[in-house]
Amino acid sequence: MGNCLEPSHCSPSGDTSGPLRYRLLPFTFDRWSTGEYLLVNEVGEFLRCPAEKFSAFTAHALASTETLYADLKAKHFLADRTSSACLNLLAAKYRAKKGFLEEFTKLHIFVPTIRCNGSCPYCQVSRRNQDTSSAFDMTEEILRRSIQLMLASPSPHITMEFQGGEPLLRFDLVKEAVRYTKERNASVGKRIDMVVCTNLTLLEDDHLDFFRSHGVLISTSIDGPAFLHDVNRPSRSPASNHATVERNIRRAQEALGREAVSALMTTTRESLKFPRQIVDEYLRLDLGSIFVRELNPYGYALKAAAQIDYTSEEFFRFYTAVLDYILEVNRRGRTFAESYAGLVLRKMLTPWSVGFVDLQSPAAAGIGAVLYNYDGNIYPSDEARMLAEMEDFSFRLGNVLEDDYAAIFLGETMQTLASAACNESLAGCAECVYRVYCGADPVRHYATQRDLFGHRPSSGFCKKNKAIIRHLFELVFAAEKDPDLERILWSWITREDQSLLRLPEVCLS
Amino acid sequence: MRLSASGSPRGLIANTIARVTRKSHEPSERCQYFLVLDDATTFASPKAVQGYAGLLVAADEPPSLPMADVPIVSRFHDLSFLEEDAIVKVSASTGHLKVLYRPSSTCNALFVTSACNSRCIMCSQPPLKEPDETLDEQLRVVDLISGQPEYLGITGGEPTLLKEGLFTLLERLRDRLPRTTAHLLTNGRLYAYEDFVGHLAEVAHPRLSSAIPLYADIAQLHDAIVGAPGAFDQAVHGIYNVAKYSLTLEIRVVLQRPTIARLPQLSEFIYRNLPFANHIAFMGLENMGYAVKNWNALWMDPVEYAPILEACVRSLFVRRMNVSLYNLQLCTLPRSLWGFARKSISDYKAIYLEECQVCDTKELCGGLFASSKRRHSESLRPIRRNSL
Repeated sequence: MGNCLEPSHCSPSGDTSGPLRYRLLPFTFDRWSTGEYLLVNEVGEFLRCPAEKFSAFTAHALASTETLYADLKAKHFLADRTSSACLNLLAAKYRAKKGFLEEFTKLHIFVPTIRCNGSCPYCQVSRRNQDTSSAFDMTEEILRRSIQLMLASPSPHITMEFQGGEPLLRFDLVKEAVRYTKERNASVGKRIDMVVCTNLTLLEDDHLDFFRSHGVLISTSIDGPAFLHDVNRPSRSPASNHATVERNIRRAQEALGREAVSALMTTTRESLKFPRQIVDEYLRLDLGSIFVRELNPYGYALKAAAQIDYTSEEFFRFYTAVLDYILEVNRRGRTFAESYAGLVLRKMLTPWSVGFVDLQSPAAAGIGAVLYNYDGNIYPSDEARMLAEMEDFSFRLGNVLEDDYAAIFLGETMQTLASAACNESLAGCAECVYRVYCGADPVRHYATQRDLFGHRPSSGFCKKNKAIIRHLFELVFAAEKDPDLERILWSWITREDQSLLRLPEVCLS
Repeated sequence: MRLSASGSPRGLIANTIARVTRKSHEPSERCQYFLVLDDATTFASPKAVQGYAGLLVAADEPPSLPMADVPIVSRFHDLSFLEEDAIVKVSASTGHLKVLYRPSSTCNALFVTSACNSRCIMCSQPPLKEPDETLDEQLRVVDLISGQPEYLGITGGEPTLLKEGLFTLLERLRDRLPRTTAHLLTNGRLYAYEDFVGHLAEVAHPRLSSAIPLYADIAQLHDAIVGAPGAFDQAVHGIYNVAKYSLTLEIRVVLQRPTIARLPQLSEFIYRNLPFANHIAFMGLENMGYAVKNWNALWMDPVEYAPILEACVRSLFVRRMNVSLYNLQLCTLPRSLWGFARKSISDYKAIYLEECQVCDTKELCGGLFASSKRRHSESLRPIRRNSL
């Protein structure tokens, strides 16, 4: 892999009698095993070319009459004297791609309680037993201060997410949070999306009534069919097993609408054996998408690693098996998306910014997302809170009762984080051909490698994302000759039924 | 369809623009109208014709009229093509009558100038040496339009060459016809000046849309088509100014041999760089103006480029861009593209061939340009319902 950043003295407006008839604009590249080169520019546009053409291009020896020359020019990999518009276009596209930065923190995570009725071995959250004292719940004062901070955020459109623990153990706090937010927001006027992340084992009718009347969405977890789900997500009470979750997913879909309920699955070593069964379970539950998640190296998951963990290669094999099967399902006419792929494809194929906290540069930590913990402490992410539960307070941004907005979001911790938050300047990322589709994750690299900046060759995050993005490129290239595949991939981006993306048939009356 | 005629003028002091009527109007309104006399035997008393902008007489001048102090243009032979409230211009010196606006038509346009700063190789309306349109005339037409038509084109030549005049015209349209879509056909080159687009935005016409052609994704090719170096950069800067001021934008792509090979790349370029475009129109070639003499270099049978066109439309469609096909007959297109084909050929220019008469898609099809009667796709054929 490599990158090209040509010094500006090669300006096309300068002396053109020499060899520099055109100027290279910034891009990264990689040689694929096929011998072809993949080139990606700073705004995510890409093209492939044969090795000898690539050499000619970088040696300023590509003839302007070649199709490749025109393609490189139109996609803004090179600039010559015939046009000055390219830099403006590139700048506008770059601004659009980094649009997620425009209004600062958009995702605000609330942890009303850290208590949980579940006991998942892979829990990345440092949960407490359901029956422990309310010392692990938010006080109303902390809740209100947190909401005031959230509303002080410059973003006009924010997402308020309730996590836990299991937030429905303190439904009264969720209710109060929504009420207080709406009351305060009357004079602030933000658009606020609300999501509750729940295991759906404690769902009551009045919860659903409340969610419906306030437009609160549900994000839950289903790891597969009962035999797998109940192994991955054991609970202390038999009433909280797969059957309960299934019943409650259906209740929620009925009460709130199918689109209002989404689910993610966490992959354990056991899951690796059942890619198809997991997808089939999602289809059976009439869910529109699946989010295939890797284990996160925090909290309980670290302790249980010997039993449940796997290598990045194993995960990638599993992920592609899931993806292959999902494509098969889609080819049969059922629109069903893998959310992670959908987000990466959106980065690859559209000119738009993608607000996805796991893959951002600058990293979302604090900039795109913030977490208000039950005890009033503020963290840049869920993962940073896990570290704190493990007695490492490196990423504590402050406390809602003690610190003001500026101290929290512009303080020393935030600045330290920001120094490692741009993959454009991280060793091993800067020249990576997949960099613009990927992100920086300083908290994760600190947790796994004791290094905020991270060491790419041994980073599981890097291995996984490189493999997945490369795999998605292969699908995108295959889709160039396969309209059905093209339509399926785009339906994951637009989140519409694929039949709507089929060229409409005109009937003669 | 007839849109002009010649008569013998008498007493017309200046070139005159007015509505035509066959009804009797109140004396106070008569100066807005030419009164049409189709029948030589029609009796017109001096009192009945007094105060009109003029009389348009199909036959010879009626003997009873010399008494009336009213301009007369006679000997048109036939004026039956003039519909009530059509707006016409009559030349004082030659008696030539030109229809400028027809209330029954959905594709009226103000032809605001015949001057242009580009020389596009396929231009269907090449610039004239001596433009004879004036802003006052355009304003007069706008004032005479009755009701609020759905659509009104503003075309030329290059309308932006009117500079301040264009803003005056748009202000008049905004005030008089706020519910009429004003569709401004421009090469967008003057839009590169931000002041110009800023001024356009200040007019605040509620239904203004700018239609700007983009022939290629790279400057060399676009500039070669336009016949002006720098035209690509100007149009692209112009389009960005349109976006900056949140104005409505249509991108027009003419389907012609020199640019077909890069059509997929152009589609990708539009999506990546101009995703804010409200509408993209791919347009079949019209056998008029410069296209006539450049025909062999420009013409490509739609049947030949249909696979490329289909790929482009499909790619823009899944990307949720709003795409239309203009000027292409359904029998030249794969059925998957029929839903995008619009009846885009103006009613006065559209024709159907003999074989079209038995075609089951005739109602959906926009037909051909009258000028393409002998120059058209070799694959035109009637489509039968039962063979689909």
